Amino acid sequence: MRPYTELDASALREEVAAGHRSAVQTVEECFARIDALDAQLGVFLSTERALARSRAAQIDAQLARGEPAGPLCGVPVALKANMCLEGFEANCGSRMLAGWRAPYSATFAQRLLDAGAIPVGMTNMDEFAMGSSSENSAFHVSRNPWSREHTPGGSSSGSAVAVAAGLVPLAFGSDTGGSVRQPAALCGIHGFKPSWGRVSRYGLIAFGSSLDQVSPFARSTRDLELAMGVISGRDERDATCMDENALQPIVPDDERSLAGVSIGVPREYLPDSDTGEVAQCVRAALESLRALGAELREISLPHTAYAIPTYYVIATAEASSNLARYDGVRYGLRVEGSGSLQSMFAATRGAGFGAEVKRRILLGTYVLSEGYHDEWYGRALKVRTLVARDFEQAFEEVDLVAGPTSPTTAFRLGERAADPVAMYQADVLTVPASLAGLPAISTPCGFGAGTPRLPIGLQLVGPARSDARVLRVARAFEAATAHSKERPPLALEPAR
Amino acid sequence: MKLVDSAYVSPKTGKRWIPVIGLEVHCQLKTRTKLFCGCEYTFGASPNSLTCPVCTGQPGALPVLNEEALALAVRTAQALGAEVASESRFDRKNYFYCDLPKGYQISQFDRPYCKGGGIALANGRFVRLARIHMEEDAGKAIHDRGDATLVDLNRAGVPLIESVTEADIQSAADAQEYLAALKEILQYTGASDCDMEKGSLRCDVNISVHPPGEPWRTKVEIKNLNSFRYVGAAIEHEIARQVAAYESEDPSRYPVQETRLYDPQRGETRSMRGKESAHDYRYMPDPDLPLVHVDAAFLERQRAHLPELPAARRERYEKQYGLTPTDAGVLTSERAVADFFEAVVRAGGRAKEASNWIQNELLRWVGDQELGLERFDELQLRPSELAEVVDLVERGTIQNQAGRKLLREMAKSGRPAKVLVQELGLEQVQDAGRIEEWCRAALVGKEKVIADVRAGKEAALNALLGPVLKLSGGKANVQLVRETLKRLIAETEPPLNP
Ligand SMILES: [Zn+2]
Repeated sequence: MRPYTELDASALREEVAAGHRSAVQTVEECFARIDALDAQLGVFLSTERALARSRAAQIDAQLARGEPAGPLCGVPVALKANMCLEGFEANCGSRMLAGWRAPYSATFAQRLLDAGAIPVGMTNMDEFAMGSSSENSAFHVSRNPWSREHTPGGSSSGSAVAVAAGLVPLAFGSDTGGSVRQPAALCGIHGFKPSWGRVSRYGLIAFGSSLDQVSPFARSTRDLELAMGVISGRDERDATCMDENALQPIVPDDERSLAGVSIGVPREYLPDSDTGEVAQCVRAALESLRALGAELREISLPHTAYAIPTYYVIATAEASSNLARYDGVRYGLRVEGSGSLQSMFAATRGAGFGAEVKRRILLGTYVLSEGYHDEWYGRALKVRTLVARDFEQAFEEVDLVAGPTSPTTAFRLGERAADPVAMYQADVLTVPASLAGLPAISTPCGFGAGTPRLPIGLQLVGPARSDARVLRVARAFEAATAHSKERPPLALEPAR
Repeated sequence: MKLVDSAYVSPKTGKRWIPVIGLEVHCQLKTRTKLFCGCEYTFGASPNSLTCPVCTGQPGALPVLNEEALALAVRTAQALGAEVASESRFDRKNYFYCDLPKGYQISQFDRPYCKGGGIALANGRFVRLARIHMEEDAGKAIHDRGDATLVDLNRAGVPLIESVTEADIQSAADAQEYLAALKEILQYTGASDCDMEKGSLRCDVNISVHPPGEPWRTKVEIKNLNSFRYVGAAIEHEIARQVAAYESEDPSRYPVQETRLYDPQRGETRSMRGKESAHDYRYMPDPDLPLVHVDAAFLERQRAHLPELPAARRERYEKQYGLTPTDAGVLTSERAVADFFEAVVRAGGRAKEASNWIQNELLRWVGDQELGLERFDELQLRPSELAEVVDLVERGTIQNQAGRKLLREMAKSGRPAKVLVQELGLEQVQDAGRIEEWCRAALVGKEKVIADVRAGKEAALNALLGPVLKLSGGKANVQLVRETLKRLIAETEPPLNP
């Protein structure tokens, strides 16, 4: 039996299915790891140990009776706190929903349970998924396992750290404009945003509905494929979910070769003039792809510069509407105000939402208002189609687009907290694929030049619905390089 | 056809004013489940018992369009001669209220599923429809239980269609006729119960007045009228109010663009003080719902479900059954009644007689039980049973009056006609002896009537028929009674002095 922290989800599942370790023992190892690290990293907002233990016991009993082992049998998983799982607290990192336990389960979460996964808790996040550093969480920050002075990225901060620090082998975040890919890059793990519509959003608490997508974090690409095989596929509860069956795991017969694969490198993502540590590291990664047989081509995505403003108009417009339901009437926080209904709404929302959420609700309300609607929201919808067309034209020439995931390595906590526009720039390379609804992965490709050593991610973007292609190329890159095997230096605290 | 002039004449000045009226009608579709979730809806269920994560707006829940609602909406459009868009869209109408669980209502804004169509009025005017769109209903806020406001979300998510007319209506009578015709079509297509007491049909009125030949003036909206009578009364009141305001020639009294509520107790409208009218709903496409595509095959399938509409049915009743336009109109005004009538005819009842029995008897029952015509099919009587009674009367086995009694007994007991005729002794009496006995008894003390008959007033005889039939328990053959009475009067009276 190998140590829990050395196993990815696929290996762990094999050991449980083969009877080499029990599910009960596995969750205890998971909790020991949480006890040793969570206090210093700020991963979880809540853990549900009794529920996890009873599920583990149930799985062991099923295996003992000879029932078939599910594809995630006995694998502890963590969910971002904006995902509904019956009985778990889905507070979205907000005072507004503090203590709110979901009365139903998200479709993808139910599929995880059905596959034998064991949810252990809900992870920290920027409030309502708005942020890139964890600093917008109403409860506490999360810390980068490679350097606790640095952000792990966000908004799916806790889930990224949970996987990077070996608390769980598999965790789930939501990616709206980069909220999984950016923290994956900054924490040195894999994060995959599927095509929009690949995974049901039923039970994912909405931020920007036309952009949100449930997205897995893992320490290996095969785990991403495993997870996608479980959670993807049509859902009668989500009308925007693709009318396709679950993504099939990729047969890895040719994983060593990328012959015949053409990869476009947008000059907007990686200009020749950029000699920074991220650019250099990504150029080296591109060379590795070339060495595997891929053909590299410089391309242009001319509307890239408009992606950030477009994204912040569309996402905030949708958010202003999606977050209207938090009014104190049915669930969550209620502050009575001065007696009228309107004052109760105002007092509740004033007290329940943090500054960044309020800023975005105001922005979104503004861009949808009469007289401004066409100029802002209407125009943003048009630019969105231009951004998508950039990609369509590129994919007439190349199979994939590659570049950095984040323009920088992890920044220091506090460094950008006072400057929202600087914070928004963290998404500059991830937002275009979100606007176009395309599948994209961030995969580890090395480290920055400075001290402490901070990870860098390579982003691969594929055409619509080409999720399997993106994962296959990432898998070849992972197999040919050693970046994914690096683990952060962590000082364990004695169990309390 | 010459149009009826619907100008309003001011009682004060005698001047003519032209009313300009448009109607917005919200109608609840008769689907099994709500518009975007699987909850069933029934009126009067205990509060919040018919809800789920979707219709209570739980975080993370998503709407999925109910295909049945789309089908009913499309059928309604087809019945109104409207054009169904091959592609339409759901939008979010954003506003805060305690009965609106998501903080927005899912509706259709600039790309409704249906445009055009309309309804022809009897006076030759055609009321054009601008559009029809689908939307979900909100819940219900209850304010009259002490300090607290209570919210019932059972209605939240119930499917509605909102039809909006052009301002083609000129009077309260036009409006009421339009609404009656719309209701008829909605019920005929099976799209809605149109039960106003249960809130399944609600109406808003837009109204302005202007002198003939002048441009239209400021329009006022009157909201939430829940009976046709109120619509009529509100329009009449509002026309008079606006005319009086203009004729006062005091601009501070002139109508302003606003929303008014009709108060049925006082029979007048009053301002909502801009509360509703200042809304910016910040419409946006709902990213949770894909565009609604309706293809030719879908349209064809729905058209196949369309029943024969009232107007066509009326015409057929006149041609096929020889009914008068009035009779055909009464029978077809409610689909359930027309269906019942046709079933009686299919079961062998003669059309003319079946029509009379339904109008004279069954519709009266419905009135007595305060059922409302749309619940005609809840009567405890099968068409075949009425057909049997019609036939018994037709063949002379029983008399009209006995037939009425028989129908009531059948409805009450559900037992077969033949048995009841025996048990109740309803069979017609033709025995001359017994009839003469009854007639003699009825003639006692009726010298005046006898004198009248003798004087040639044949009609006076009718005054004697009732008493005879009563004595016979409704069983005496009327023709025989008539002949017997005449004979007896002739026999018993002394010849006239020359
Ligand atoms: Zn429901």
